[in-house]
Amino acid sequence: MEGVLVIAEAQAGDAPISEATLKTLAVAQKIGGAALDVLWVGSDLAPLLARAQALAKVRTFLTFDDPRLAHPTATLVAGLVAERARRYAHVLMPGTSYGRDVLPRLAGLLKTPMVSDVLEVMGARTFKRGIYAGNIHTVVTVPDGMPVLLTVRLASWQAVAPGAGGGIPVEPCPIPETLPETARFVALAVDPSDRPDLQSARRVVSGGRALGSRENFALLERLAERLHAAIGASRAAVDAGYAPNDLQVGQTGKIIAPELYLAFGISGAIQHLTGIRDARTIVAVNKDPEAPIFKVADIGLVGDLFEVIPELLAELDRQGAEP
Amino acid sequence: MKILVAVKRVIDYSVRVRLKPDRSGVVTDGVKLSINPFDEIALEEALRIRERGEASEVVVATVGPRDVQTQLRSALAMGADRAIHIESTDPVEPLSVAHVLHALVLEIEPGLVILGKQAIDDDLGQTGPMLAALWGRPQATFVSKLTLKDGVALAVREVDHGLETLALDLPLVVTTDLRLNTPRFIKMPDIMKARQKPIVTRPFASFGLDLPGLVLERLEGPPERKSGIRVESVAALVTQLRERGVV
Ligand SMILES: Cc1cc2nc3c(=O)[nH]c(=O)nc-3n(C[C@H](O)[C@H](O)[C@H](O)COP(=O)(O)OP(=O)(O)OC[C@H]3O[C@@H](n4cnc5c(N)ncnc54)[C@H](O)[C@@H]3O)c2cc1C
Repeated sequence: MEGVLVIAEAQAGDAPISEATLKTLAVAQKIGGAALDVLWVGSDLAPLLARAQALAKVRTFLTFDDPRLAHPTATLVAGLVAERARRYAHVLMPGTSYGRDVLPRLAGLLKTPMVSDVLEVMGARTFKRGIYAGNIHTVVTVPDGMPVLLTVRLASWQAVAPGAGGGIPVEPCPIPETLPETARFVALAVDPSDRPDLQSARRVVSGGRALGSRENFALLERLAERLHAAIGASRAAVDAGYAPNDLQVGQTGKIIAPELYLAFGISGAIQHLTGIRDARTIVAVNKDPEAPIFKVADIGLVGDLFEVIPELLAELDRQGAEP
Repeated sequence: MKILVAVKRVIDYSVRVRLKPDRSGVVTDGVKLSINPFDEIALEEALRIRERGEASEVVVATVGPRDVQTQLRSALAMGADRAIHIESTDPVEPLSVAHVLHALVLEIEPGLVILGKQAIDDDLGQTGPMLAALWGRPQATFVSKLTLKDGVALAVREVDHGLETLALDLPLVVTTDLRLNTPRFIKMPDIMKARQKPIVTRPFASFGLDLPGLVLERLEGPPERKSGIRVESVAALVTQLRERGVV
């Protein structure tokens, strides 16, 4: 057992390398270790691997490349990679819905404990992570003699910049002729949107229950457009159907770290605040001066969001704010 | 078909959790304890499946100290048929819980095991997939819609980029997301009825598990955010944003 294995985020071959993968590589570099290998699971990986050649400090790319892996399920992936993963001292995955699905299953197969959502590397086997919705941090050590399996809390890390890289050998791993089919991909429904990705956006405009309807929620669109921002939502707004589930911010939604987070009509429940703790500037607009969100907001404005948003659009133009 | 539901007792989600002054743990004295909200959703789903006539029995199991029976009684009052209490005074890590559940699965032979996608105390989200791995059965995590037909489950999962649908062969492990259902309220007569329902207690030690776990070095409060300012107008807000260079 030696070296660090990063299992990359599952992604389409023609898209840029997932930021989740690049952040997981940052954690791998922080850990150090004898060597760093990256394992890719998917279909038609060649274009992706060509682009990934720019990555620095990687020893080998391991691939499971097969048309049947275009939409890999955790049930399949964990079993497929287990033999390989067993050879490493560290196995890392991004804290995405994919990593949080695959890695604990892999840990079960390897019969080893796992560390979820690492926010800081204190040593090669010692990590900091949040508990109780991030209200408390714990430092835990994985004892010697067992592999270290961890997922990465993406909001705590910067993506590695592509380096000179080049010449990384690709080693295809053998894939059995028959793959287990107890879990089968059926469909992926993506809400069509050309907004920036919530997880990596520099700015996020977010709305809560106060928006009151799906139509009103679209008010945020104009502001998001003006600011080139992603859109976020509280659980209440998602539950009520104003916004799709993948826009939920919080303990059980996405944990984000934008430069600017604008919260409209969100009360600031701890489960929501967990998701924005690492935002650089938090702006809260709420008509209740006692709303808990004001305790964490860098800039608070007491007011009715239905009046504030149009005014804000006009004022951004008047003061010549950068788009 | 039987359904096994795993529940964990946690500090209620509405409590603002605080560290003990000596940082040896979190304050639990006089603090409200409840079934993990995701596990309540798991139980509710199991009950609905039974009420549709697609399952014959719902068994709840938990690992926890003696007084966790209060929460098991709530689970029975919600409608579970019987409960299994694996008694342990010390906290037990997900891998060990998964091993315990696996042992129960081999005895009970359920068609479906439902758990919460994470517990809101340690926020680990590991037990379900670990159990599925030990059992060698498929898993559907973060599920917001579940239908069963002819030995196949159709599960809609909340994933980072939308909603993914999987078809899975039974038996399988499902972990719940918030939007799967809204758990029912417990009515008075149900509490009375629950008193008659059986709870079997077994010591954690009887499972012969002695797995090495993670070493807890210390607990810390997270860095506090500096308190911010209030502005009186939208113009002042934009001026502030401009000064900070964020727009
Ligand atoms: C296990 C669990 C997990 C959870 N996970 C999450 C999570 O991941 N993310 C999340 O967000 N929540 C989560 N929650 C829910 C959380 O506890 C809150 O219920 C939720 O965040 C509230 O959403 P909200 O702020 O939009 O609604 P509310 O709390 O109802 O707040 C609405 C706010 O809008 C203000 N308002 C009303 N009208 C106007 C107006 N015209 N202009 C300006 N302001 C106005 C009100 O003053 C109020 O403060 C979770 C809860 C549980 C139990």
